[in-house]
Amino acid sequence: MVAEIGPSSIETAFILEALGKGVRVDGRGIYDYRGLRIACGPASGMVEVQLGQTRVLARVACEVTRPAAERPTEGTVQFSSELGTLAAFSLDRAVAQEVSIARMIERVIRQSRAVDTEALCIVAGEQVWALRVDLHFIDHAGNLVDAACVAAVAALRHFRRPDVTVDGGRAVIHDPRERNPVPLSIHHTPVCVSFAFMGKAGELVVVDPEAREELVQQAAFTVTMNAHKEVCALNKAGGVALGPEQIRRCTQIAVEKAGEITDAINAALKTAAAEEAAAAQ
Amino acid sequence: MAKPRVVLPGDIVDTHTHSGSDDESTMDVDAESRVLRLGPGLAQINDSVRATAAGICHSKDETQFWVTSNKRRYVAAEGEPVIGVVVARHAEGYRVDIGSAHDALLPLLAFEGATKRNRPDLALGTTVYARVSVANSLMDPEIECYNANTGKAEGYGELSEGYAIKCSLGLARRLFSSNAPVLVALGASVPMEIAVGLNGRVWINTETPATTVLVANAIKNSEFLDAKQCRQMVKELLEKK
Repeated sequence: MVAEIGPSSIETAFILEALGKGVRVDGRGIYDYRGLRIACGPASGMVEVQLGQTRVLARVACEVTRPAAERPTEGTVQFSSELGTLAAFSLDRAVAQEVSIARMIERVIRQSRAVDTEALCIVAGEQVWALRVDLHFIDHAGNLVDAACVAAVAALRHFRRPDVTVDGGRAVIHDPRERNPVPLSIHHTPVCVSFAFMGKAGELVVVDPEAREELVQQAAFTVTMNAHKEVCALNKAGGVALGPEQIRRCTQIAVEKAGEITDAINAALKTAAAEEAAAAQ
Repeated sequence: MAKPRVVLPGDIVDTHTHSGSDDESTMDVDAESRVLRLGPGLAQINDSVRATAAGICHSKDETQFWVTSNKRRYVAAEGEPVIGVVVARHAEGYRVDIGSAHDALLPLLAFEGATKRNRPDLALGTTVYARVSVANSLMDPEIECYNANTGKAEGYGELSEGYAIKCSLGLARRLFSSNAPVLVALGASVPMEIAVGLNGRVWINTETPATTVLVANAIKNSEFLDAKQCRQMVKELLEKK
């Protein structure tokens, strides 16, 4: 039996003592985000994100299906996440985390209408594209949600689906070699910024918690924002109560961090596009 | 001494003597009377010696062979010092998480001066520094917080303050050797206490949390650096502080 136990008592004591003095266990500042590295490709819709030591691989796939009867003109986007033993030792805990992350990302991307699902329609009521985003966690060093969100949106923006032409109610799906695949229609790029609240009443707050900080946190709070400074989602599952002032402050920090993350995603996609163009020549 | 070489699991390791002598008869006698000692990462399979781990195969005097490899999952081996966390208490001892596939047993009597009446009292979550006393593939590993021969603690026991970090097993092993460059560089300018568990855990205690974090970061950074780079890295960290 391999049970993942919480932090030892000296670790808990040390993390809280250090944080009381404004020192984080990895030497970062309280509001510092870890280094973000985004690698797009080689295949379309394949993105690997590294946030500190946390690593996530996102892969987008698509297929043609029949739409749901109540939404005949909309395609679908589905998310799944896999947190294997490679990333985390304990299985029972991993399954719960897997589900909660996939749901969270789904909520963030689908409900903020980041992906234009109507653009995924081929023939109304007959054929639509079903997108599937698989998130594989390769290494767990804390803050899986933020890394997963970056990976998912970057992968969706990097993805190219086969081109389709409709001729008299009959859809022809073109082979990628025949006709260049087309990008998805993405309205905006939501990104998550997570906070961990520690201490008895959650009075100590840090941005982008690492794995050990997550183990001693009293509450986790995630703000999802896009580059237009719109709040797309707030997520807080249990833990100590937060006051309106704390939430306002988190949102202000999130605005800044979300801008930086979005810039990083744009830069990575631009580099990937340039490389692709160079390879095509 | 043969040159160290990279081996992968399944590779046959050539353990024959290559003394360079042309006289075949003396070589044969020599080879037969020779006793081979195989260290970690090697196993005898039928007539050949094969690597069971990916790493670098070293040899000494052409009789001792071992593979140094870098992993993250600890497999307990007798005599190795480890750092563990108490996860459960039983009538006869504690169950301690040492990062291996199975928790280790720490008998109540395996402490300095412990008797049936005078037992140590460790709370759950306590960090201990201990030595592996029983390790085989059929039983749970067992650890002890004293030297069974002398009855003295010899530095083992509860680690009551400070901070423990995790690192790769290869790094832990290098830190454990007496002159790890990063520790030499740090020790020259930072007063600190340190305990290295070969299960990839390093306990650090210094005067302030900021210094402890600095030492922890220096150790983590040193994984792929040589002695000169270590000194430079430590110097930069100290300047930043």
